[in-house]
Amino acid sequence: NIFTFSLYRAQTIMKARLKGAQTGRNLLKKKSDALTLRFRQILKKIIETKMLMGEVMREAAFSLAEAKFTAGDFSTTVIQNVNKAQVKIRAKKDNVAGVTLPVFEHYHEGTDSYELTGLARGGEQLAKLKRNYAKAVELLVELASLQTSFVTLDEAIKITNRRVNAIEHVIIPRIERTLAYIITELDEREREEFYRLKKIQEKKKVLKEKSEKDLEQRRAAGEVLEPANILAEEKDEDLLFE
Amino acid sequence: MAGRGKLIAVIGDEDTVTGFLLGGIGELNKNRHPNFLVVEKDTTINEIEDTFRQFLHRDDIGIILINQYIAEMVRHALDAHQRSIPAVLEIPSKEHPYDAAKDSILRRARGMFTTEDLR
Repeated sequence: NIFTFSLYRAQTIMKARLKGAQTGRNLLKKKSDALTLRFRQILKKIIETKMLMGEVMREAAFSLAEAKFTAGDFSTTVIQNVNKAQVKIRAKKDNVAGVTLPVFEHYHEGTDSYELTGLARGGEQLAKLKRNYAKAVELLVELASLQTSFVTLDEAIKITNRRVNAIEHVIIPRIERTLAYIITELDEREREEFYRLKKIQEKKKVLKEKSEKDLEQRRAAGEVLEPANILAEEKDEDLLFE
Repeated sequence: MAGRGKLIAVIGDEDTVTGFLLGGIGELNKNRHPNFLVVEKDTTINEIEDTFRQFLHRDDIGIILINQYIAEMVRHALDAHQRSIPAVLEIPSKEHPYDAAKDSILRRARGMFTTEDLR
């Protein structure tokens, strides 16, 4: 219990805690603002990219239809000849206001598994088709990165705001209440002290008055001898030579 | 053991899957399991949901592409996925153009953007 020693000490400690809580709250608020700003930026980019993606996909689907028109239905061949992926992704880390965001990067590996498939007719369209879908994949990987950042930031913002609210609405009021209580206690003690001093002064005054009255009476009755006054001009016995 | 490289999976109609396989994303893992699912007229919702959940559980899949009209069928499974990876991307199909209002990801930020931004 902090009240077992000095109330002043307790007050100092509480003031320090309050300051600490306020600083913490302000820092977290700044973090939340920075994260929210980035969040909105990313959301905007996502919307733009998704619209763009719609167009890219439309074009890719069109080139697919064109290729099928020329080469016939090659879907089964393609599906049954899957082996190893040439396009893969790896996760990298980005950082915003102390929050790590997962980001995707696409890379190529190995050769085209479909080079050797017997898709003889429609070579030109097929090549165009592959390019279109490769382009779509790149765009989609970028979109996926935006999305993961979005989701991660969403969580981080929620957590940070929860902490800000906890400090703001629970911790700081608690400290302020304790401080207020300490101050009232200190005031109370001061008033008690003051009261006590006054009482003592009054008593002293009464005693003094009484003793002076006594002295007056005795002087009047001739009982009191004046004590020697060393400042009075008289012969000084200690001087040997005049 | 492949390094940090992850795959792009796709759940879509035949055309969509064919297109992306030609784009180079298709792979069969060592158990001969594919990273794609062709959804046809007779594919059941359960099959789609199962495959989707399996893809979510695999640690070698980083992105799942899914036609939006199929995503609609398993919307609850998509909404339940809260992690950031694998990233689930809803893409349009030939018959169904992309509708931002239905997208699970964008719905999380509902109220932060208006229909103006979508034009």
